[in-house]
Amino acid sequence: MHEMSIAMAVVEQVAQASPEEAGRVESVVLQVGELAGVVPDSLHFCFGLACAGTVLEGAELVAETVPGQARCTACGTGWAVGMPPELTCPGCGDGAGTELVAGRELQIRSVRWADRPAYADQEG
Amino acid sequence: MCRVIDLQQAVLARNEDAARELRAALTARGTVAVNLLSSPGSGKTALLEAELVLAGQRGIPAAALTADLATENDALRLARSGAPVKQVLTDGLCHLEAAMLARHLDGWLPDDTRLLFVENVGNLVCPASYDLGESLRVALASVTEGEDKPLKYPTAFGLAHLVVVTKADLADAVGFDEKSFLANIERVNPGVEVVFTSARTGEGVGQLLDRACAVLDGGAVHRPVMGVPAAGHHHGPPQTAGHGHSHEGGHLHSHGHAHGAPAELPLDAS
Repeated sequence: MHEMSIAMAVVEQVAQASPEEAGRVESVVLQVGELAGVVPDSLHFCFGLACAGTVLEGAELVAETVPGQARCTACGTGWAVGMPPELTCPGCGDGAGTELVAGRELQIRSVRWADRPAYADQEG
Repeated sequence: MCRVIDLQQAVLARNEDAARELRAALTARGTVAVNLLSSPGSGKTALLEAELVLAGQRGIPAAALTADLATENDALRLARSGAPVKQVLTDGLCHLEAAMLARHLDGWLPDDTRLLFVENVGNLVCPASYDLGESLRVALASVTEGEDKPLKYPTAFGLAHLVVVTKADLADAVGFDEKSFLANIERVNPGVEVVFTSARTGEGVGQLLDRACAVLDGGAVHRPVMGVPAAGHHHGPPQTAGHGHSHEGGHLHSHGHAHGAPAELPLDAS
């Protein structure tokens, strides 16, 4: 279950990208390709744990699934590869010209921060 | 009030940077790394032992690093070949990461090593997502595991540069449907080469070594469809050896940070 490592990498990168004056992270939008080898449910669970004690504590993870799409450079056919993926062209039956257009994404798309640190009041 | 920033960062960017750095450092010193992925019990240690013995007979300096959650059994088996072997205990972690591998190689990998075989943790899910700086990624499956293994673990088989079938001597006994297996491989990784081996009978032993030597000699490596980066981002294992920037002095230490702190048991075969 490498989703914990993935979640920790997300937390680390978001924390690093946080502007100094920013407060808590409210949400993180993640693009997860169908062929990225990551289970969204497991990632949600791990994300909650990985956020504990960081500026991401309580942040929401929004995982956008990106369907796998391929294209045949030989005959021009485009298709949804499905799962398990069909990477042989359904048009010409050959796999030599297959190009994966989408589906391997594992990308932090955007982050939403609250403007003011939540603990600012306590610090006076 | 809040602010939204478009980050557009690959989650595994840090590992990919560490992998690129390690590959460049290995290339600079003339070493090719081979990443071996399979389920537990597929027979990769037995095959690797046979390949290491052969490498020794052919005078090709080869070394092996083997990763497991626990025990040094694999390193003890591999060390019988006479090759330098190192056991890495991941202490529960299900996969190796590039920075972790770089740390284990630093100060251990003998200078004259031409081929470094990395036996990843026995697991077809997690290791598939981590580029280790290898120039040849190999997915192994034994005939006893069933013909649909490539469909159940499409990322592992879909990103392989070479597929090795093990325990081929048992194919008849377990009714292995070779045609169906090959069709399933073709479906997730069109054009990838599949070789059949049996460490017990010796069938096909040496093919893995030959393919690794071909990469060492600068030969082209298969380009998996799934390995092609989507939208200009770098994903999956590299397509060719030796690209990327070179690293000062060929030093193997990587600056990446890996999670967990695996214990290690250096086992220099003598």
